[in-house]
Amino acid sequence: MISILILSALGLVFGLGLGWAALRFHIDSDPVVERIDALLPQTQCGQCGYPGCRPYAEAISVEEADINQCPPGGEAGIRALADLLGREPKPLNPENGEETPKTVVLIDESRCIGCTLCIQACPVDAIVGAAKLMHTVIKSECTGCNLCLPPCPVDCIDIVEVETHKPRWRRPRPQAVPLRVL
Amino acid sequence: MTRSFQTGGAPHMPPQTTVAKVMLQVLLALIPGVLAYVWFFGPGILVQITLATIFALLFESLMLRWRRRPLKPFINDYSAVVTAVLFALCIPPLAPWWISCIAMLFAIVFAKHLYGGLGQNVFNPAMVAYVVVLISFPQAMTSWLPPVALAEHSLGLADTLVTIFTGRVPVPGGWDAVTQATPLDTLKTGVDAGRMVPEIRNSPLFGDFGGKGWEWIANWFALGGFFLLYKRVISWQVPAAVIGTVLLISLPFWLLDPDSNPFPLQHVFSGAIVLAAFFIATDPVSGCVSDRGRLIFGAGVGIITLLIRRWGGYPDGVAFAVLLMNMAAPLIDRYTRPRIYGE
Amino acid sequence: MASSRQIELAREAGKRIHHFHGGLRLRHNKKISCLDPVERPPLPEVLVVPLLQHAGDIADPLVHAGDTVLKGQPIGQCQPCAAIHSPVSGLVEAIEDRPMSHPSGQKGPCVVIRPNGKEQWIELKPLSNWLDANPDSLITQIQSCGLAGLGGAVFPTHTKMRDGRDRETHTLILNGVECEPYISCDEMLMREQPDKIILGARVLRRVLGAEHVIIAIEDQMGSVQRSLTGSAEFAESENISVVKVPKIYPEGGERQLVQVLTGLEVPAGGRPSDLGLICQNVATAAAVAEAVTEGKPLIERYITVTGNGISHPRNYLALFGTPVSHLVDCCGGYTGDVARLVVGGPMMGYPLESDKAPVVKASNCLLALSHQDIAEPQPEMPCIRCGECARVCPAMLLPQQLHLQIRNELWKPVEEYGLSECIECGCCDFVCPSHIPLVDWFRYGKGELRKQALESEAVELARKRFEDREARLLRIKQERAQKMAHRKQMLKGKTAQQERIQASIKRAENRSRSMPEEQSSGERDDT
Repeated sequence: MISILILSALGLVFGLGLGWAALRFHIDSDPVVERIDALLPQTQCGQCGYPGCRPYAEAISVEEADINQCPPGGEAGIRALADLLGREPKPLNPENGEETPKTVVLIDESRCIGCTLCIQACPVDAIVGAAKLMHTVIKSECTGCNLCLPPCPVDCIDIVEVETHKPRWRRPRPQAVPLRVL
Repeated sequence: MTRSFQTGGAPHMPPQTTVAKVMLQVLLALIPGVLAYVWFFGPGILVQITLATIFALLFESLMLRWRRRPLKPFINDYSAVVTAVLFALCIPPLAPWWISCIAMLFAIVFAKHLYGGLGQNVFNPAMVAYVVVLISFPQAMTSWLPPVALAEHSLGLADTLVTIFTGRVPVPGGWDAVTQATPLDTLKTGVDAGRMVPEIRNSPLFGDFGGKGWEWIANWFALGGFFLLYKRVISWQVPAAVIGTVLLISLPFWLLDPDSNPFPLQHVFSGAIVLAAFFIATDPVSGCVSDRGRLIFGAGVGIITLLIRRWGGYPDGVAFAVLLMNMAAPLIDRYTRPRIYGE
Repeated sequence: MASSRQIELAREAGKRIHHFHGGLRLRHNKKISCLDPVERPPLPEVLVVPLLQHAGDIADPLVHAGDTVLKGQPIGQCQPCAAIHSPVSGLVEAIEDRPMSHPSGQKGPCVVIRPNGKEQWIELKPLSNWLDANPDSLITQIQSCGLAGLGGAVFPTHTKMRDGRDRETHTLILNGVECEPYISCDEMLMREQPDKIILGARVLRRVLGAEHVIIAIEDQMGSVQRSLTGSAEFAESENISVVKVPKIYPEGGERQLVQVLTGLEVPAGGRPSDLGLICQNVATAAAVAEAVTEGKPLIERYITVTGNGISHPRNYLALFGTPVSHLVDCCGGYTGDVARLVVGGPMMGYPLESDKAPVVKASNCLLALSHQDIAEPQPEMPCIRCGECARVCPAMLLPQQLHLQIRNELWKPVEEYGLSECIECGCCDFVCPSHIPLVDWFRYGKGELRKQALESEAVELARKRFEDREARLLRIKQERAQKMAHRKQMLKGKTAQQERIQASIKRAENRSRSMPEEQSSGERDDT
């Protein structure tokens, strides 16, 4: 009898303690959609199957979409999402695309006809121009989403790889002196 | 005229030390203690060390082959030898040969390679091995010898070999004639039976501090430990914390009730506390990274050992204490990250 | 960032010697290169002057192939970095990509000059009286003479001085602590030209508005101390002291020197100027003296050519652009056993693939190592967590944890554990029993962190632009909808008005219809 009373009392005390701790040590954190969106690369390319990064983040948060649907985020992005959500990292879903090195687009000015269709398509306003006037891509703003290529009626937009500048040279990952397998 | 050169990474200096050198220094530091052991308890321990080393290297080679790793650098780094020797120092000198075999299987295969090999083991392999055989084969693991000076029959090398390999003692009277409980064991059973500590210690089995013979072995291990401290192979935090905690915690108990609690230094010099403090708990891979963490780790080992000695089922709890603290080490590391310059 | 209490304590710099955590005692190996006095080597046949000799962007060339240049003529400019001047008078043969003595081993644009042997200077413009000159004009003079930190980091001096001026500097520390083995160029400079160094210190002090100057040297440099304190300039100056610090590597690191002289730590992510201190190398101070009082641009420096692979080690006063092979030849050539050529010291230097590479502003030492000196590529064993690396780290980091985190690409813990505080001194690398190339891992990690920071900036920008665009489109839509509503309103208003007009027309019509009926009824009454 006494042991029952003591155990109940202990349970009550610890329960109250836990409740107080939950209130006292509560941390305000962003809703999970914000945190997922913060990990996505913001190219708004739509390769994941959703019209932009924010809808994809919302879909992940309700587990409607899987975390391996974003090619621009690549493997690092999948791993970051897996860490955040406590899920297993998976390889990138090939149906959504492949992980490619960073690219930007370049408008061939000799072929551009000034139709503004690409300007309307660009999700980050990286193309400058107006009707019947020359269009050009601002290289530093282009995210490489390639949404401007389909609308162009004269196919004057090319994809180019971004080069690394010499002063920004980074040291490569060290290669261990290989141990000979005997 | 210009020349071209091979490049390489900095620093462009010859290496200071290697893993093999570090391990060899540890083995060197163990030699005085081992010699003392042989002096007091006969050559059995040398046979155990040899057996354990052979089995350890055997299992290490097998696992390296199986994991498709190169053999030469890892065999020659002597880490398996250190594990084997430390284990052999914890078991009775007359333990059968298959004890070493099973133990090294667990130490090398399970506790070391299945966790990732050198540098990746979470638990101290020697202690894992010891605990496994202790729990699985209690009888073989409790057939300890009395000191040579006190023994009725002491076994020479040939007899020791026969005992170890055949399991039969070639002496009239068999096992009972040659084995005797350790001082710690005697103390524990005596206290549990209600006798008083000073009275128990009157037996010739006990010396000034710990058991006769055992205290000297502990001294020589401590000497080896100081050598390692001098050579900067280990840092002072773990030994100081282990021994300091044992002294500190056993002091009030002894002051309050000297009849059922041994004098603090007696605690230190019996059992494997000194060996653990300098050689086992200082295993860098399974221990803590920061200085403060090491102090906490050592303190934990000391406290848990005393708890098991006083209230637990085993006479000496060092192995369990080390394993329990190994479990806690990553958490301790997390909360004892040292301050960086400028913070 | 630093508290005022810390700044007060920093004013006591040099009065007591403190210690920094970790560090190594290394064999010096400096005596062999200090036996001969320093002289200029004979002119090489061709000089290759890289356009990237400082921390910053590549300079733009000011000359073309075929131009004749005078000694000291500016040939490369870069705002706001240090300008580059021609070290000789001669003909510009080409401006092309050549090996640049850069840690990457990459080639870069260099100005190739063939000296004509006449050594004609351009018109030098010293500042007439620097004691009265405006500190800003002193800084401009320093900038136009192309001065950069000659301790190895080649940070543009004028930028550092401007920062120091803006931040109320009280003490100038001249770093004469050459802690890396083999390097002795600063020691020789201090022995031979103490006047220039102290004059430079006084100029810099004037620029910064500081009160004290401390010249820090190692504690075994007895002759250097005598040379400095015995010089004429020293006797005339006030508030300049020579302080000896213990001979532990990396004592000469800026942060460690500040800690030893003041007992304070430079705040994480901050600079010594946060504490009111500015550190400069002694060679930079000497160059400042020349620039201000003689108008001479930076075209040469003391360089130690040493190592077991050199027949006759010594120090030279070499022009920038001198091919390293020329210096080696002047030193009697290689010994039979040379295995590696390193620019800098054995702890932090970077290797050269060929000795065609030129002497640049950052080259303080050319080290030719024999086979015994260098580490044979040892197999890299796994980390045994021995903790030696943490014991010797002067920045009090945990190199073993950082290494594991970088290897496994856990970037958030890498930042938390303070990778950006690593000074890449190489102490951890040196003591590691497993021979893990820790500094290489840390450099890679720092590069990755920088790349990630740039990438996340770009991502934030893209997100902002996208959100702005969405907002703009929404706003346009809303405006359009408003206009439609307004027009509908207007239309409704028009319809209502029209109805009112129709109604009043009808009323008028009704009235006019009823009026003729009254008239006709009136006529019948008359018969």
